[in-house]
Amino acid sequence: MSVKLNIRQVGDVTVIDVAGRITLGEGSSALRDALRDLVTKGQKKILLNLGDVSYIDSSGIGELVSGFTTVTNNGGQLKLLNLTKRVKDLLQITKLYTVFDVHETENTAIRSFA
Amino acid sequence: MRDNKRHESETRELFLDSTLESVDSAEELAVGMAQRAGFDDDDLMKIGMAVRESVVNAVVHGNRYSANKKVRFSVAQTPQRFTIKIADQGEGFNVEDLPDPLAPENLLRTSGRGIFLIRSFMDEFDLRRGESGGMEVTLVKYTVSK
Repeated sequence: MSVKLNIRQVGDVTVIDVAGRITLGEGSSALRDALRDLVTKGQKKILLNLGDVSYIDSSGIGELVSGFTTVTNNGGQLKLLNLTKRVKDLLQITKLYTVFDVHETENTAIRSFA
Repeated sequence: MRDNKRHESETRELFLDSTLESVDSAEELAVGMAQRAGFDDDDLMKIGMAVRESVVNAVVHGNRYSANKKVRFSVAQTPQRFTIKIADQGEGFNVEDLPDPLAPENLLRTSGRGIFLIRSFMDEFDLRRGESGGMEVTLVKYTVSK
C-alpha cells in the first residue's frame, strides 16, 4: 500500500490524515504536493496525523522536515499527531523529535495552535 | 540473475536493475531470508529498512537510474551472521565527505540520513569503494548473541 491522504478542516486547522507508506517516490511526493498546495492556498495551521503510517524511510523523514520548513518559512505552523512507535523512534534517533511539536490527541493538538 | 542455495547456510545473489522496483525486490528477498533465520519483528524491520536505504542509495546516487548499470545484491545467512552486500557501478564518493545528520546545522536538511539509519540498525556496517569504482556496502546482523 502506498500513501493515502485525507484532508479535512477542523476550525481553522487543516488536518491531513496520512495512511500507508511514506517512502521515496510516490509516497513522499504525494505528501510534498499536498503540503505545498496548502501553503500556496495560504493555510497557516497544518496538523499531520501520522497514526496510520505503517512505514517511513529517510526520504519520508526528509519530506516531514521539508514540509516543516516550507510551512514555517511561510509564517505557518506544522505539527504532528499520533506518532506510531516506529515513527517516534526514527524521529528520536535522528534528533528530530524535539524539532517538531508532537501531540497524542487531536483535541490538544488543535487547541495548541495559537 | 543468479540464485544459489546451499544446505545449512543460505546464500542468494541478484543483479538488479537500477530502478525503484529493485528496492522492493531486494527488501523482499532479505526480509524473507531473515524471517526464515528466526529474527523477530523488530529486527526484520531494521534489516528491511537498512536494505531499502542501501539499495536506494545504489540506484539513485550510485547508478543514477542508468539502464546500463546494475546493482549487485547478495544475502548470506550462516548460523552466526546474516550478511547483506550491495554494490553499485557508479562513480563512488569519499565516505569522509558525508555530513553528520545529527549536527545542529544539518538537522533541518531534507536528505543525508540514510547511511546514519543503516548504521543505527545493523550490528556491523562497512562502506567502501569497490574495485570497479562504485560503492560497496556490507551490512551484518548477528543471528546469535555474541
